[in-house]
Amino acid sequence: MSSIALPSPIDRTRTAGRIHREPALIRWLLIALALVFLFGFLFLPLAVVFSQALSKGWAAYGAALIEPNALSAIWLTVLAAATAVPLNLVFGIAAAWAIAKFEFSGKSLLMTLIDLPFSVSPVVSGLIYVLLFGLQGWLGPWLQAHDIKLIFAVPGIVLATIFVTFPFVARELIPLMQAQGTEEEEAAIVLGATGWQTFWRVTLPNVKWGLLYGVILCNARAMGEFGAVSVVSGHIRGMTNTVPLHVEILYNEYNSAAAFAVASVLALLALVTLAAKSFVEWRMQRP
Amino acid sequence: MLKRHGVLPGFSITMGFTLLYLSLIVLVPLSATFLKSATLGWDGFWAVITVPRVLASYKLTFGAALAGALINALFGLLVAWVLVRYDFFGKKLIDAFVDLPFALPTAVAGIALATLYSSKGWIGQLFAPLGIKIAYTPIGVIIALTFIGLPFVVRTVQPVLEDFETELEEAAASLGANRWQTFQKIILPTLLPALLTGFALAFARAVGEYGSVIFIAGNIPMVSEITPLLIITKLEQYDYAGATALAVSMLIVSFGLLLAINGLQRWSQARRA
Repeated sequence: MSSIALPSPIDRTRTAGRIHREPALIRWLLIALALVFLFGFLFLPLAVVFSQALSKGWAAYGAALIEPNALSAIWLTVLAAATAVPLNLVFGIAAAWAIAKFEFSGKSLLMTLIDLPFSVSPVVSGLIYVLLFGLQGWLGPWLQAHDIKLIFAVPGIVLATIFVTFPFVARELIPLMQAQGTEEEEAAIVLGATGWQTFWRVTLPNVKWGLLYGVILCNARAMGEFGAVSVVSGHIRGMTNTVPLHVEILYNEYNSAAAFAVASVLALLALVTLAAKSFVEWRMQRP
Repeated sequence: MLKRHGVLPGFSITMGFTLLYLSLIVLVPLSATFLKSATLGWDGFWAVITVPRVLASYKLTFGAALAGALINALFGLLVAWVLVRYDFFGKKLIDAFVDLPFALPTAVAGIALATLYSSKGWIGQLFAPLGIKIAYTPIGVIIALTFIGLPFVVRTVQPVLEDFETELEEAAASLGANRWQTFQKIILPTLLPALLTGFALAFARAVGEYGSVIFIAGNIPMVSEITPLLIITKLEQYDYAGATALAVSMLIVSFGLLLAINGLQRWSQARRA
């Protein structure tokens, strides 16, 4: 039939005949149902963000973004991400190297530990640091005696951000490095390279797209984290508010146009993250 | 002296750093939490978590998470099927878009959903004349938790569908099965491990969710209050012991889910091998 398009490598059902395809009506019904679901759950919320952000016009939009509290929230968010992402990058590389290139017992326990933040509620993630470093916590009195403020201050926010984002790079790298095996590195060692040279010249180029992917996801989560940061921050305007917390404050004050204006910055970041993700996935699939 | 684990260098330094990082960031704070709740004693712990308000929050948190995960299991399967098996305009764009709940900060999702489903919102106003309130009710919580778990089922089922051997379907068809029978007896059982894994992942994510839910829930105690909010409320009242007890109860569930998910993923991989 002329309706059969050019066959793509994955889609083998097209070229295999008509006896095992759904009738066209069912197909289009399923497509329509899926699209309606996705439209309602994905597209509409995104559209609401931008529609509400611009509901009072472009001038109000701009004003909401350059307002001093918004700017300091943006600064704090960038600071938290810029600290958490490199640290977690180093951790991810170290953990992936140890897990993928060596044999030892307890590997799956280690990997489960690394996966831990994904299954822990963000609020609990913040709480565990309050319990450790807060005034009533274990180290609370010691910190107070030395006049070090962690909780309800910037360092606590950075710590909580590190906790919720540290698995991302590791989780991307570990399967990738495991699949790549150790032959290339062993060949390099045999040929006389040092450990560092092997890592920089053999391993790193092989995993660079997976690494980038992990960093992109790590950054997106670091900038958008809300629950954990909400618990450890003091919600002090201009000082311990990140962009998501600032959005919450504006929204709760019924200043919804400003709240959505600031939120739209995060939404744009999300769209950039999605685009970067697609690009990296495309590059990873190329031979 | 030290047992060699492999021929490559760098094991001790990378392993040492990994363990140090994990200890400082994860193990020490978590042990502090468990030890603190141990000071309550078993009776104290049980007393805190069986208060009616807490039990109501458990019911909402776990019930809504279950409902959301079930919706995602059904529609996630549908979306994965449509994305893998059919072709239509804009498919690649929509495929990339499925990951939006992963990438969008939870607070942004929260205020967007709350506005969308409030009685003046685009969707909320369709239901308002029927007397159905979505925002600020448990239904709103279910919707938010469905949003947050949407990518999980789709992304775990998609690879399995893509690798699916269509010869099995052809064999079934040539033996006389109609399309529905083929789906029911051949395709669905093969997808089951991945479907369950995606369901468990969506459920685990929904159980702890805070940012997307906090705006659309009514936060009325006993009716529309989720457990994470209760933890924060106790913290604000300096009831550290109570907050810790609740947190530990959620951690126990989280660990259980993590073990279940790991087991499901192993089953899933064994099936595909």
